[in-house]
Amino acid sequence: MESKTHKFPENVREGLANDKLQAALAKLGHGFPVKRLEAMSRLPEFEQLRDDAQAIKEHTLANLGDYLERYEAKVIESGGHVHWAADATQAREIILKICQDAGAKTVTKGKSMISEEIALNDYLDQNGVQPVETDLGEYIIQLRGEAPSHIIAPAIHLSKEQVEESFRKEHTQLPDDRNLEEPRALLEEARAMLRRKFIAADVGITGANMLIAETGTSMIVTNEGNGDLTQTLPKTHIAIASIEKVVPTLEDATTILRVLARSATGQESAVYNTFSTGPRRADDLDGPENYHVVLLDNGRSKILGGEFHDMLRCIRCSACLNHCPVYKAIGGHAYGWVYSGPMGAVLIPGLIGLADAHDLPSASTFCGKCEEVCPMRIPLPKLLRSWRQKGFEAGLGSVKTRSGLGLWAFLARHPALYRPLMNFAVGALSKFGAKGRFRSLPLAGGWTVVRDLAAPEERTFLSQWKGGKR
Amino acid sequence: MSSRDEILGTIRKSLKQSALMPSSSSEIDARLTAHTKNTVPKRAHGDNEAQTTLFITEAERVNATTERLDSLDQLGEAVLRFLAGHNLPGCVKIAPHSLLKNVNWSKHPTLAVAQGPAVDTDQVSLSVAVTGVAETGTLVLHSGPESPITLNFLPDNHIVLLPQSQITGAYEEAWAMLREGAKGMPRAVNWVTGPSRSADIEQTLLLGAHGPRRLHILIYNDKKTR
Repeated sequence: MESKTHKFPENVREGLANDKLQAALAKLGHGFPVKRLEAMSRLPEFEQLRDDAQAIKEHTLANLGDYLERYEAKVIESGGHVHWAADATQAREIILKICQDAGAKTVTKGKSMISEEIALNDYLDQNGVQPVETDLGEYIIQLRGEAPSHIIAPAIHLSKEQVEESFRKEHTQLPDDRNLEEPRALLEEARAMLRRKFIAADVGITGANMLIAETGTSMIVTNEGNGDLTQTLPKTHIAIASIEKVVPTLEDATTILRVLARSATGQESAVYNTFSTGPRRADDLDGPENYHVVLLDNGRSKILGGEFHDMLRCIRCSACLNHCPVYKAIGGHAYGWVYSGPMGAVLIPGLIGLADAHDLPSASTFCGKCEEVCPMRIPLPKLLRSWRQKGFEAGLGSVKTRSGLGLWAFLARHPALYRPLMNFAVGALSKFGAKGRFRSLPLAGGWTVVRDLAAPEERTFLSQWKGGKR
Repeated sequence: MSSRDEILGTIRKSLKQSALMPSSSSEIDARLTAHTKNTVPKRAHGDNEAQTTLFITEAERVNATTERLDSLDQLGEAVLRFLAGHNLPGCVKIAPHSLLKNVNWSKHPTLAVAQGPAVDTDQVSLSVAVTGVAETGTLVLHSGPESPITLNFLPDNHIVLLPQSQITGAYEEAWAMLREGAKGMPRAVNWVTGPSRSADIEQTLLLGAHGPRRLHILIYNDKKTR
C-alpha cells in the first residue's frame, strides 16, 4: 500500500479527533492485555518459553541462508513450488502469473500482513483477478477501502454502526429492512456472503506465521477458520511469507506457538493452527492440487545482521501495540503504512526509508512496556533510539527541533556554560512558578497546551549537592 | 542473477559482516533431524487419566463440549443425542475412517450417515482425531484417505471422535506420533482448539465465524494402556 507515513503529525491529529477510534482504543486496554496476564499466570514456564523462542529465532537468523535452502528443498520434495521475490513488484508479478495460469477470476484470501505490504489486492484487481478478503476484519476494511489499523484486529478502529453502514451499501441484494444492530447479525451476514466466495474461488492466498525447514511446511494461526477454507477449497494454494519466518523444526514452531497466542489475544492457543506441506497427495480426498510458496525479501536481507537485526525476530503478535500508550492514543492508521505501534515504528523506517518515516521513532514515551511484553524480547526502545539518532545525523526533522537539540547537545558538552545557565533558568522558573506549576510558558507551548508544567525547586540538584544538602 | 541467488547472496553478505555466529552445515542438519524438545510445560505431565481430565477442562474452557463414552458401541446414540439437543436433522457426514466403518450405524434407523469429504450443504460432520493434546485441549487431525479435512471446517457442527488412549500431554508427543506414521508429514495437519470465533467487530467475542459454530468431542474408552 502507498505510505502516508510522511504525514504522521497530520495523521495523529486526525486520530486524536476521531471519537469512534478513541472509544475503540479505550476498550483495547481492558481486553488483550488483561487476557494476556491471565494466560501468563496459568503458565509458570512462560518466561522460559520466551527465552527458548528468542534463541530459536536467533539461531535461525544467524543461519538464514542455510535454513531457507533446506526449507526450499523440502517444499520441492513434497511437490510444491517455491518462488523468490526480491521486492514487492516481483512478488505481485509472481502471484498474478500463478493466478492467470490457474485461469483465476476470483481469489479468496486469508489475513496476511505481507499481502498488505506488497499492495497485492489493488494489483490483482487492476489485472482482472478479483481478490476477496475472508477474515472478518479484513473483509470489512476491504469493503471500505481502508488499511488495517492493527495486526491481528484489522478493523478495531470501527464501530458496529460503521460496519452496518458498509454492509448495507455493499450487500445490495439483501432486503433493506433486515436487522443488523447486533455484532452477531453482522457476523452471520458476512459468513453467508463469504461462503459463496469460498466455494467459487479458483485460488486461495494465505500468509504464513512460520515456515518449517525440517518438513517444508507453511503454517497459519487463525481463529475464524477462514484461512483453512481459503487454502483447502480452491485448486491452488499460494502461501506468501517473508524470509525471516523460517524456523528449523516442528518442535521449534511449537515453542513459538506457545508464546504467540498468549502474547497476542491471551488465548492459550488460537482455534486453528494449520500446517500445510505440499499439494494434495494421490490418496487425499480433498485439498489443493497446486501449492506455491512466495518468499519475500523486500529489504529484510539488508536488515539482517545490522543495527536493527533484532526486529527480524518479530512474530507479529501485536502485544507491543496493545500495551503502547502512543498506539492507544492515536490508533494504527496514524502510522501511515501497514504496520503500527512500536514494532511498526521500528520496522517502517527500515522498509520504506527513514526520510518518510523519521517522525515515527519520535512518537514514543520510552516507557519500555513494549520490550517488557515482547515474547521475542526485542529491545524496541533501544531500536527506536537508534532510529532517532540516525534521523538526527541524516539532517531529518524540523529546523526548530534540530536547532533545539543541537543547542542542548552543545550546552550538555560544556558544563562551564551549562551550569550557570541552568542555575539562572531554574531560579527564574521557580520564582515565577510560585504556585508550583505553569499554565503556559514561552517555548513550551507544545506541552502546556494540554497540561501544566511543574515548576522546579529553587536550585539545581548540583548546586544543592555542593551546598551539602544530601 | 536470479532473485533467489540475489536474496541468498545478500543474506550471506549481511551475515558475514555481522557479529553473529553461524553453525556449520552438519550442525544444522543434525538440528533438523534430532527433534530436540524445548521447554515443555509441566502441566502436560501425568498419566492418561489425568491428561484426559486436563484435556476436557481445557477444551471446555474454550467452548468445546465433551462427552465420555464407555465404548465405541455408544457412538451412534451420542451422535443422536447431540443432534436432538441442538434441533438438528438426523444427517451426518462421516470420515471414511476404519474406526467409523466398524460402527453398526444401521442400529439407528433415524440417523442418515453419508461418507466422504464435506460439501456446503452438510450441517454436521464426524471425524476422528489422531490425538488430543491435554495442555490446551487441542485436537490434532490430519488429511489423508481416511480423513478429509473439509469435514473439520465446512459444516456448522463438528463432532470429533477421540480414543482416550491417544490423548497426550504436550504437542511434542503429537509430532512424535505423526513421525511414527510410515507416510511422513501429511499434507495438512490441523490443531483445533474449540469452535471457530471472531472478535473483529467491536472486540465482541462471537462463536462460529467461518468454521464450525459447535465443536463436540466424544472421548471413548478404548481400553488400551499407553
